[in-house]
Amino acid sequence: MKFLRLVWSNLTRKKVRTTLTIGSFVVALFLFGLLVTIRGAFSGGVDVAAADRLSVINKTSLILPLPISYRERITGIEGVRGITFASWFGGVYQDERNFFPQFAVEPQSWLDVYPDYVVPEAEKQAFLADRQAALVGRALAKRFGFEVGDRIPLQGTIWPGTWEFNVAGIYDGSRPDVDTSTFLFRHDLLEETRQFGKGTVGWYVVRLDDPDDAVRVSAAIDEKFANSPYETLTQTEQAFAASFAKQMGNIELLVLVIGSVVFFTLLLVAGNTMAIAVRERTGELAVLKTVGYSDRAVLGLVLAEAVLIAGQGGLIGLLLAKLMTLGGDPTGGMLATFYLGWDSIALGFLLTLVVGTAAGLLPAVAAMRLRVVDALRRV
Amino acid sequence: MVRVDGGGNGTSLIRVRDLDKRYVRGSEEIHVLQGLNLDVEAGDFVAFMGPSGSGKTTLLNLLGGLDVPSSGSITVAGDEITALSGAKLTAWRARHVGFIFQMYNLLPVLTAFQNVELPLLLTRLSTAQRRAHVETALALVGLQDRMNHYPRQLSGGQEQRVAIARAIVTDPTFLLCDEPTGDLDRRSADEIMALLEELVNEHGKTALMVTHDPRAAERAHAVLHLDKGALVEATGGRG
Repeated sequence: MKFLRLVWSNLTRKKVRTTLTIGSFVVALFLFGLLVTIRGAFSGGVDVAAADRLSVINKTSLILPLPISYRERITGIEGVRGITFASWFGGVYQDERNFFPQFAVEPQSWLDVYPDYVVPEAEKQAFLADRQAALVGRALAKRFGFEVGDRIPLQGTIWPGTWEFNVAGIYDGSRPDVDTSTFLFRHDLLEETRQFGKGTVGWYVVRLDDPDDAVRVSAAIDEKFANSPYETLTQTEQAFAASFAKQMGNIELLVLVIGSVVFFTLLLVAGNTMAIAVRERTGELAVLKTVGYSDRAVLGLVLAEAVLIAGQGGLIGLLLAKLMTLGGDPTGGMLATFYLGWDSIALGFLLTLVVGTAAGLLPAVAAMRLRVVDALRRV
Repeated sequence: MVRVDGGGNGTSLIRVRDLDKRYVRGSEEIHVLQGLNLDVEAGDFVAFMGPSGSGKTTLLNLLGGLDVPSSGSITVAGDEITALSGAKLTAWRARHVGFIFQMYNLLPVLTAFQNVELPLLLTRLSTAQRRAHVETALALVGLQDRMNHYPRQLSGGQEQRVAIARAIVTDPTFLLCDEPTGDLDRRSADEIMALLEELVNEHGKTALMVTHDPRAAERAHAVLHLDKGALVEATGGRG
């Protein structure tokens, strides 16, 4: 700590240059924060998917249905703790631009299988009691100002007509990264009202007794319905969410490429700045060595300077990104889980320190190898 | 008593024997110091004079452990520094040598106090102990009221005083001064030389100084000339 003042004083030597270098870290890490948030939002449930849940879809395509009779047959398989199902509704609220996902679900089993959805008991009971009831996620409610008791009309696109729902409750996520932009209503209402597709569901979600049993149970489900008109594809919820996200394109790769370019550029900028800073101070570094600072101490001082620049800029950039994401999804529904977790901030900060160290390494080694006699001659 | 004939009686603080320093520049070998001998007692004040390129600064660098000789030995207070290298030599330097340069070589981003404190940061002294040492050193050079000034806010003479305070703050075994008055006007130079004299005569320091200035050299106990790589005792000085 006693050397911190020395390191800090060196940073104040060229204030404009130091500010600009810190600024480049601010911009880069702000961008990193946003990229990670967008990646997280696109991969949606991939990161938050539970390990003990399986998704069962039609083997031919996700958009093709499965018979409702499969429920009983899947329940009978050993290792299955619970099962629920859902169907995509695809309704429009007032305007097509107001997109948000709507699922018809089997109320009780859905809430059993998804403990991540937190609903006050009274609102849960209201959802179970009213066939026109709907559960609205907190983010969605905030977006459109929905409140408990509101009546929401949706224009059906798959099943035509105006469908009206009563908001029975608003659910929160048990963690900040749980998607709360969804609109859930009761499958029995859909089943009763729709003109076609009766007796089918969009997909099943199976909860396992033991997450380690996923491979065996998946195989058992698919085997049971092999060679039937409705063959199944069973995969972990994570794999399901990943394949769903890939429909949007390879966001992961895009983020990786942009992120790498940003960090590499940062490395060059910071490395160059540190090299100039060390060259300018050759004489002073020689004086430090003369009065007894070892080669290692000089190496440490230069590295500490680089890391301090990087650390400050990185922290500011990441906190700015965090601040921006606190406002929630800026796209109005495209990026439902627009959330920058503290773990991502910690990762970003770690990367910042690595880049700072790497940027300072060559100049620091040059300072370490400086021969006092030669350097003093140049003063 | 300073001797250059290699006949010291073994009680010398600094003992140099058969010191050689050669440089190779391209195909040419330059023999800067040749078989140099020197004995300096504790409390001596020695001035080295000689034309530019005669090897004065090279000798000073060797005595301060900043450079290594081609052959020969240097022993200071019983430690043969020519047998030390790397971190050990650096640690020895921190403990035993106070350097004073012609251009002061203060760090412009640090105050006078912080510049003087620099060598103490390497010690195990507490903050309060460091503060006491720095204040004492600055008081000794008459700058206790300038300790929060930056080098740019000080005159050349005051900067050199800060440099002297930095050199003495660790209470080193001896001081090495490379043209300490070379960049100062006559009045400031006299003041600096008076200060060095005071350090030697009243505080018992040992000082070795390279200078081109005969007036500065007059203050020393002994004046030695470097000629063709060897030391010759000159007349003058107050010894």
